[in-house]
Amino acid sequence: MGRKLAALYRFLFGDSVRAFGSLSLILLVCLAVVPAKDHFREWIRIQSQYLKLIRNRGDAATLQRRFQGGLQQIWLPRLGVVDRCTTCHVALKEASLADVSLQPFRPHPVIPHSLDQFGCVFCHRGQGAATTVEEAHSSTKAWEQPLLPARYLESSCGQCHQDAPAGTPQLNRGRKLLARYGCVNCHTLLSPGGARMKATDDPPELTHIAQKTTREWIFAWLKNPQAYAISATMPNFELSDADARDLSAFLIDQSTPISPAIEAKPPASADDSQAGATLYGESFCASCHAAQNAAGILTGGDVGPELTSVGSKVKPEWLLAWLRDPHQLDPNTAMPHYRFNEKQIGLLASFLESKTDSDFTANVHLEAATKEQIEHGRTLVNERGCASCHLFNGIKRPDNFAPELTAVGSRPLAKIVFAPGVPYDLPSYLEAKIREPHSFGTAMKMPKFTFSTSQMEALVTALLAQTDRGATVPAELRVEGHPESDYQPAGSAGKLMDDLRCFSCHSINGRGGDMAPDLTWEGSSVQRAWLLGFLKDPNTLRPALIRRMPRFNLTDAEAATLTDYIMTVYQTPAFDASSLPASSFTAADREHGRQLFYSKYACQSCHIVDPNNDKGYIGPTLTVVGVQRTAAWIFHYLKDPQALRPATLEPNQHISDEDARALTAFLMAQTKTPPQPGGKK
Amino acid sequence: MRRRWLASASVLLAMTSCNRTPDKRVSAQPKAFGAALVEMGGGLQTGPVGTVLDQPLVVQVNDAQGSPVAGALVTLRAGGETILTPSTGLTGDDGQLSVTCQLGSAAGRYQILAATTDKSGKPVTLRLEEIALGYQQNLGRQLSERYCSRCHDPESSAERVSNYDNLTVKPHSFTDGAFLNSVSNTDLAAITTYGGAARSKSAEMPSYGGSLSKTDIEALVAYMRAMASPPYRAKGLIYASE
Repeated sequence: MGRKLAALYRFLFGDSVRAFGSLSLILLVCLAVVPAKDHFREWIRIQSQYLKLIRNRGDAATLQRRFQGGLQQIWLPRLGVVDRCTTCHVALKEASLADVSLQPFRPHPVIPHSLDQFGCVFCHRGQGAATTVEEAHSSTKAWEQPLLPARYLESSCGQCHQDAPAGTPQLNRGRKLLARYGCVNCHTLLSPGGARMKATDDPPELTHIAQKTTREWIFAWLKNPQAYAISATMPNFELSDADARDLSAFLIDQSTPISPAIEAKPPASADDSQAGATLYGESFCASCHAAQNAAGILTGGDVGPELTSVGSKVKPEWLLAWLRDPHQLDPNTAMPHYRFNEKQIGLLASFLESKTDSDFTANVHLEAATKEQIEHGRTLVNERGCASCHLFNGIKRPDNFAPELTAVGSRPLAKIVFAPGVPYDLPSYLEAKIREPHSFGTAMKMPKFTFSTSQMEALVTALLAQTDRGATVPAELRVEGHPESDYQPAGSAGKLMDDLRCFSCHSINGRGGDMAPDLTWEGSSVQRAWLLGFLKDPNTLRPALIRRMPRFNLTDAEAATLTDYIMTVYQTPAFDASSLPASSFTAADREHGRQLFYSKYACQSCHIVDPNNDKGYIGPTLTVVGVQRTAAWIFHYLKDPQALRPATLEPNQHISDEDARALTAFLMAQTKTPPQPGGKK
Repeated sequence: MRRRWLASASVLLAMTSCNRTPDKRVSAQPKAFGAALVEMGGGLQTGPVGTVLDQPLVVQVNDAQGSPVAGALVTLRAGGETILTPSTGLTGDDGQLSVTCQLGSAAGRYQILAATTDKSGKPVTLRLEEIALGYQQNLGRQLSERYCSRCHDPESSAERVSNYDNLTVKPHSFTDGAFLNSVSNTDLAAITTYGGAARSKSAEMPSYGGSLSKTDIEALVAYMRAMASPPYRAKGLIYASE
């Protein structure tokens, strides 16, 4: 072997000529390696593949002209973007390749931003600087990000957008779920602007719980909240029987009596469940409360708790007191103070108490609680962080009970402990963590939520939006949401509006719910006499709607106070409500308006003026609009509906002044008494 | 030489791309054979790209008399990056196989081919189709649900009563490809922007140009195109000679 090597050495480097020749050859080969390596690069092959693909197309010449070979790069120093993706994804801007489904040659779908403005990695993640397919798309090293799956793409919009754009329904839904299911009660979640996400789940205070319900009910509820109410947002803490027993013992033990004390006054009338059900319907309780019907389908709003089997939960005397004045029992509830009389309270109470689920607490038998059990219950409350959501006597709300989620979307994978079987990427981790928290360890305090697949996709999307990148983008790229204003109407009317919880449904000056119309400019819109009557007896403005204004049984004085306040304060600066007197309209104006209404603008498609012929009911019924609205409001509303009510569906049709005036004349003549609701499909 | 290298590279590429969506071929043996494959639900659903469709795809294997066959082997294949779980399985006692479908990352229609074999070993197939919406189509869907579907969708729900029956001239459903495919993008956008009367259609269609932006209206048109059945095929595109 040694001899052979020596012979080879002599053959190659035996004399100076041989040595020179051999060395030159070796050098040449070494030099050739670099261009050869370059020649066989992945992206060069892909680019030539692209040229082959477009060769036979009708617009090959145009495509070829626009094609730029070589390494391409989008460099945006301010965003920290160095993206070479366009080296292979050469046809992103070629709309004429819409029929090509082969990657990487698909054109980019239409989005509201330009690719040159944000690059690729900003939305899609991956390694922008990489020049091989593998490295660019699927690296999972600690400091790098794999490509974001398409199902979570909307999360990238959420890095800058806090304003719930119409094009990102999944992100918006996810953010609503984070607030709705109380995730942000335990986890802090800040927007890049520093605003803290607020929970919208309204967990009840438990300081007087013994007055409201029984220990048996609490036990069964703690074991499985969704067994009581399918729409309950309280998660399942998967408590053992002993833990649920001790917790319920502590809850009853820490409860203090309400002052003034609840009177155990019996209802004034015997149970007449039919009349109770009618009153429940007439009071539009279903606008806020859901209940399962006989077919098991949940109908109704989600502002208040589900009432399917409320009779199994609340004590009769508590229910009576609640119906009399809920604010005595919970000053922060969204429930209005209906001014029911004793008979109505009796009817409603017996109707609600008849809604029971006898199975729910059937198998719960609890012995009297011992001191140790109560103490253990208190420990459990602290351990499980119950006080993050609920108020207890003698327990402080813990700060930052759970890990902060502000930057959870860019948490490095190396810092995450994955449960066995969970794919090694961030979305899968988040999903597994929400779906099966205890697979990550039995000591995990996170409770178990039950979400559908699409809810889960939405939640993970919202969480992935919380990235470091979002926190560092230039401020002018950030689109902040509209923070809820803390507007509070003043004086006795303000107190009354608080008592009636107008803001639970209506929005005024940027505060309040979206169930009912925005009342910011209501004083310019309505006529005083009509409003006064409406508050006393809200007749059906929109018979097709399930959610309508309930009757609060206001006194004359209360209705007058509210009316005066609305008429004086809620005036738009855009026009004077009395600027277009009805007397200025002629019969000819009205006739012209009628023709415009029925032919040119075909308003009867959505509105009813003549109940015998018109059928549209997308918009409000207009049979009495002449006594309801002011002419100036109608005129300006027709000209630009969104200027007065931003959320309205009515399209802005650029109606001319003459047409709007004639239509107003016609509408102001509509003063008939309202028809009986119902009867039409 | 280079050709051979390219060929081997493309084979490699194909192999790696196969690896990305592991095709779990369960070696289940059929216990029974049917004669027909019927769709029981889950076809023509709509969802954003990459998401899991709300309803599972349910196919049923029937025998020649039309009664369900339990234990028949059904295999499903899908184009694009669609993921079907499970992609193959035996029908249950009701003769049905239920499969969840995660759409691919490109907008468009996804064909899913379900197949089983009859007693003689002849394949019986069933074609299903699902619609994936990209950003633009999805925006169109949101806008459509807010502004359009009250009239254009004849179906009523508990929360929303359709206004379709109350209109003198019945509006076209957005799935009505037979009609909508014959209208150009420009005309659809013009009708939405300026109202029906602008294109000699019913004045009952109001103009939305004052309330919706041009981008919104383009998104609405894109959504109509995505939903059309029979599917819309854009005119004026130049296709590669295959």
